[in-house]
Amino acid sequence: MFTIDHLVQPQTIEEAYQILHEHASNTVLGGSAYLRLGSKKIRTAIDLANLQLDSIKEQDNQFVIGAMVTFRDLETHPALKTYFNGMLPQSVRNIIGVQFRNVVTVGATVYSKYGFSDLLTALLALDTEVELHQGGRMPLANFLAKPYPKDILTRIFIQKNNRQAVYQDLRNSKSDYPILNTAVSCLENQWRIVVGARPLKAAIAVAASQELSGKATLSPADIKNAAQKAAEELSFGTNLRGTAEYRQAMCSVLVNRAITEVEACK
Amino acid sequence: MQIETILNNQRVTLEIVPDEMLADTLRRYGLLSVRQGCDTSCCGLCTVWIDGKPTLSCSTLAYRVSGKRVTTIEGVQGEAEEFAQMLVAEGAEQCGFCSPGFILTVLAMKHELKNPTEEQIIHYLTGNLCRCTGYMGQLRAIKKYLGVE
Amino acid sequence: MRVVGKGIAKIDGLSIATGKPAYTEDLAAANALVIKILRSPHAFAKIKTIDTAEAKKLAGVVCILTHKDVPKVRFTLAGQSYPEPSPYDRLILDELVRYVGDEVAIIAAVNEKIALQARDLIKVEYEVLEPVLDFETATEHPSMVHPEDDLFCNFDTGLIKEKNIASSQKVEYGNVEEAFEQCAVVVEETYYTQAQAHAMMETYRAYSYLDPAGRLVVVSSTQIPFHVRRQLARALQIPASRIRVIKPRIGGGFGGKQTTVAEIFPALVTLKTGKPAKIIYDRRETFTCSSCRHAMRIKVRLGADADGTIRAIDIDALSDTGAYGEHASTVVSLVGEKTLPLYNKTKALRFVAHAVYTNKMNAGALRGFGATQGTFAVESTVNKLAEALKMDPSEIRLQNLIKAGETCLPYEGKLLGSSSLHRCIQRGKELIGWQEKYPGKDLGNKVRAVGMAVTMQGSGIAGIDTASAEIRLQDDGNYTLLIGSTDLGTGSDTILAQMAAEVLETPLENIAVYAADTDVSPYDPGSYASSTTYVTGMAVVKAAEDLRQQILQRGAKFLESIPEEVEFDGKIITTLDGTKNIGLEKLAYLSVLGAGKCQLVGHGTHGSNVSPPPFIAGFAEVEVDKETGQVNLVDYVAMVDCGTVVNPNLARIQVEGGVVQGIGLALYEDVRYDQKGNLLTNSFMQYKIPCRKDIGNITVGFEESFEPTGPFGAKSIGEVVINTPAPAIAHAVYNAVGVRITKLPITPEKVYMGMYK
Repeated sequence: MFTIDHLVQPQTIEEAYQILHEHASNTVLGGSAYLRLGSKKIRTAIDLANLQLDSIKEQDNQFVIGAMVTFRDLETHPALKTYFNGMLPQSVRNIIGVQFRNVVTVGATVYSKYGFSDLLTALLALDTEVELHQGGRMPLANFLAKPYPKDILTRIFIQKNNRQAVYQDLRNSKSDYPILNTAVSCLENQWRIVVGARPLKAAIAVAASQELSGKATLSPADIKNAAQKAAEELSFGTNLRGTAEYRQAMCSVLVNRAITEVEACK
Repeated sequence: MQIETILNNQRVTLEIVPDEMLADTLRRYGLLSVRQGCDTSCCGLCTVWIDGKPTLSCSTLAYRVSGKRVTTIEGVQGEAEEFAQMLVAEGAEQCGFCSPGFILTVLAMKHELKNPTEEQIIHYLTGNLCRCTGYMGQLRAIKKYLGVE
Repeated sequence: MRVVGKGIAKIDGLSIATGKPAYTEDLAAANALVIKILRSPHAFAKIKTIDTAEAKKLAGVVCILTHKDVPKVRFTLAGQSYPEPSPYDRLILDELVRYVGDEVAIIAAVNEKIALQARDLIKVEYEVLEPVLDFETATEHPSMVHPEDDLFCNFDTGLIKEKNIASSQKVEYGNVEEAFEQCAVVVEETYYTQAQAHAMMETYRAYSYLDPAGRLVVVSSTQIPFHVRRQLARALQIPASRIRVIKPRIGGGFGGKQTTVAEIFPALVTLKTGKPAKIIYDRRETFTCSSCRHAMRIKVRLGADADGTIRAIDIDALSDTGAYGEHASTVVSLVGEKTLPLYNKTKALRFVAHAVYTNKMNAGALRGFGATQGTFAVESTVNKLAEALKMDPSEIRLQNLIKAGETCLPYEGKLLGSSSLHRCIQRGKELIGWQEKYPGKDLGNKVRAVGMAVTMQGSGIAGIDTASAEIRLQDDGNYTLLIGSTDLGTGSDTILAQMAAEVLETPLENIAVYAADTDVSPYDPGSYASSTTYVTGMAVVKAAEDLRQQILQRGAKFLESIPEEVEFDGKIITTLDGTKNIGLEKLAYLSVLGAGKCQLVGHGTHGSNVSPPPFIAGFAEVEVDKETGQVNLVDYVAMVDCGTVVNPNLARIQVEGGVVQGIGLALYEDVRYDQKGNLLTNSFMQYKIPCRKDIGNITVGFEESFEPTGPFGAKSIGEVVINTPAPAIAHAVYNAVGVRITKLPITPEKVYMGMYK
């Protein structure tokens, strides 16, 4: 059973950051959907509700998504439904249900680096940056690559650069967590293949991506080859939803389908 | 601690503790339609509206509805009954335990989506689990309610 | 008929749908003590010491009970009529804990938080023992799950505790080996059916208090109030006359609430403290510490003549009953009992079964109750046999299945009273498009294919379960129907009222239904074994006919006539010559007015010597992704013979709900443990029941038959509905990609591995 001794809604991000560091158990609240799953003893829980971090702003060159934006906001945002072939809404739409997606937030998901995340896989295939209050702005891939000191994720930025992108996943029951997911994108013949829920967190299949990049058109053999490479270069694990062996096999299937679909969009 | 909220259209002050979830607060204040079916945010039974949006009350800290409008099925009895009549005519309430959260989601969908397709209806309601009915009767009732072919 | 056969809305429907307080927790007193249970972290261990001193010091803790504080009399929690055929292998709290989650201590405090804090302060020292986790090797395991000397069973069910066998049985009709030798084709397969969770939306819960006379009142979400009372009396060692059990509305049961799960804990606390107490299981406890479907290994051998006539069936079943033996012998016996009678051209049959103890959560009753497991194994083998014979799987069934008026080896000489199963198969084939679609069609990356299975269940437990009903004519001419059956949401209260209304020729609104309360209701074993419509229904019909007879008698008396010369149309009693009449209302108030009068009460008690089977023919159409192995259920057709359909709407929902639960068993649901016996699937996150997007289209149809022993010709419907999806979907998957799944559930990975590895 989790406990919270105090709850605060700071008026500035700096104040929130100060409180966060007052005690080791002080915690920033996300959507709090997973709070009850753990047994955290929180001295002060910090709610970012007053910091205007709950909107999606479309600017000329980027989308700015506040940490407190919910999955449902992503799912229903008119511009995101069309941009990147609607990949972002697509990636979150099968997660549990509307009432759940009205609770969970982008910030908590990205900050927690959940392995099963659908959103992280999709974001990683785009040109996404993460803004930490103290740590500053950095590419999502860098953020995912190593641990950072306790900080507050404030916003994420996605470049509006007409990347063609496709999200694919494999689930057993359709509202289950994914057995595996993938997002593939292409910008000016530069490809990026991301695979998540392996069940390790989303990662870029670098070699496979490079294999495709630079080519004006792709043959089925190119695609098959890259999909195979992705399955070879990434690592896979076993959990209740599937074995490493199956995940690896599915990786080439999903990646193949995703590349084919992106190629068709170009 | 105390929070001010508009609960079922009435401005109220609720006495809460920091780690109390809204579902527990609501039951404590006698809104017994609010049920919990899981501890992992995935059954939809505890659905209430926060500022009109269907939300899991089991996963929302009560503190966070401060200044917001909270609606349970007790607050929309007339509208709920109109749909419930159709649900019951299909026999699709069965044990009834998940019905309040389900009905609130149906009404929220009606407010949010214009002329939803069958696919959109199913998608909107995926977060409401039901073990009794097999969902088909619920779908028939919704289609009648919304006039969907 | 006026009321029977109509799709009438449930009498409590609107109220429960709109969230009125009607369930156990809604009714618990606000000041009730909150109970939490300290549970074993080990699959098998002996408690060496328990130190509750620190926990007891915590302000707000009212009592903490351990194995030292409970009676030492063993009992079973199986919801069965006394004497139960389940072993008496439990204590309220035992020194030996037999699975992860087994009860160690009961904590009662003024609120949940304090109860949980106190739980964390209890110190327990365990001697950890080697657990028995694999049911296939349980009989040879050096550990004995139940070494106690006072382990006891009312019947010889073949319990051998030294070998961890809770039950063993064998039946044989004819000479099986000889019959197989004469067969032109013999097929054989071994199947594994997994444990399944009930996953009813309302978790287990109960609360208790002492009434002004000092009697213990237990309010519980239970299917079996009378069995609960009897079990409480034995477990707590107090007379049953001091106990009252009340069942409010139930948020689903599916057989889970046919086992007493939570009631004993508040009852014990209330007895010890004199205070009201409640226990609400959370979802994790519900998954971890209640019961589940028995996982089984079933070997089936089928032999047939060259023309497809099935001549011999041999079934060997091994069932995992877990740490306690609730329903161990009866569930596994239904593997044979509900499959062997189907194919009645047989010369010989054999059924051998064992149920074994393991150190996992006990299994128990779950919709389908062994028939589900047996149907998957036998029907899958029938499909395999059809292939071996190059026959259409529907044709082999039409050729071999029992028909009304026929007998079969297990019921030698007894004739089947009703069946429309052959019509169900014909109609189901039309609805699924069998002729065009069987076996399947390649669509490139995907394949579409169809599959089928048939099944039977029973209606009540023949020769054992007996229900009673009472109908009172109230002072102003309306009726109160008193029953002890337990509407789980199925609508049985409504269905029983429909039957009473039919006999009494009165509108449904004129009948108030009250159920179930052991102080008030006439005895009923409870709602399980598909018994309520058939057994309790017949009791209601008898009670209504009894009351009707009394109305005629009393009316005739008032009219100075004789019963044979008056008639009753539901409102007015009139002499046959039409000269005199008296209204029911007047008769009613005159019956309770003045000296020497007597309120009219109709009584009915019914038990049946037969358990007439309802039947279903199930058809699945799937689309299988050849690259991923993913199975998408496109369409499911269930054609049902439940005799007369008493309420088409409620029957249809029962079928749809049962089919979807069967789809869950087929495709998603799987109770899984780790190497140490910890349950991994302890939430709806990890244990997936079908969601709205998983089920495709479901078509339900009824082919009515008339069951001569049932009320208005009705049989049962509650359980039979869950049995066909698993074998029908497995068959469709085989027809799609040639992978024969013998181990449920059918996950994409298993299908993929079957195709490529």
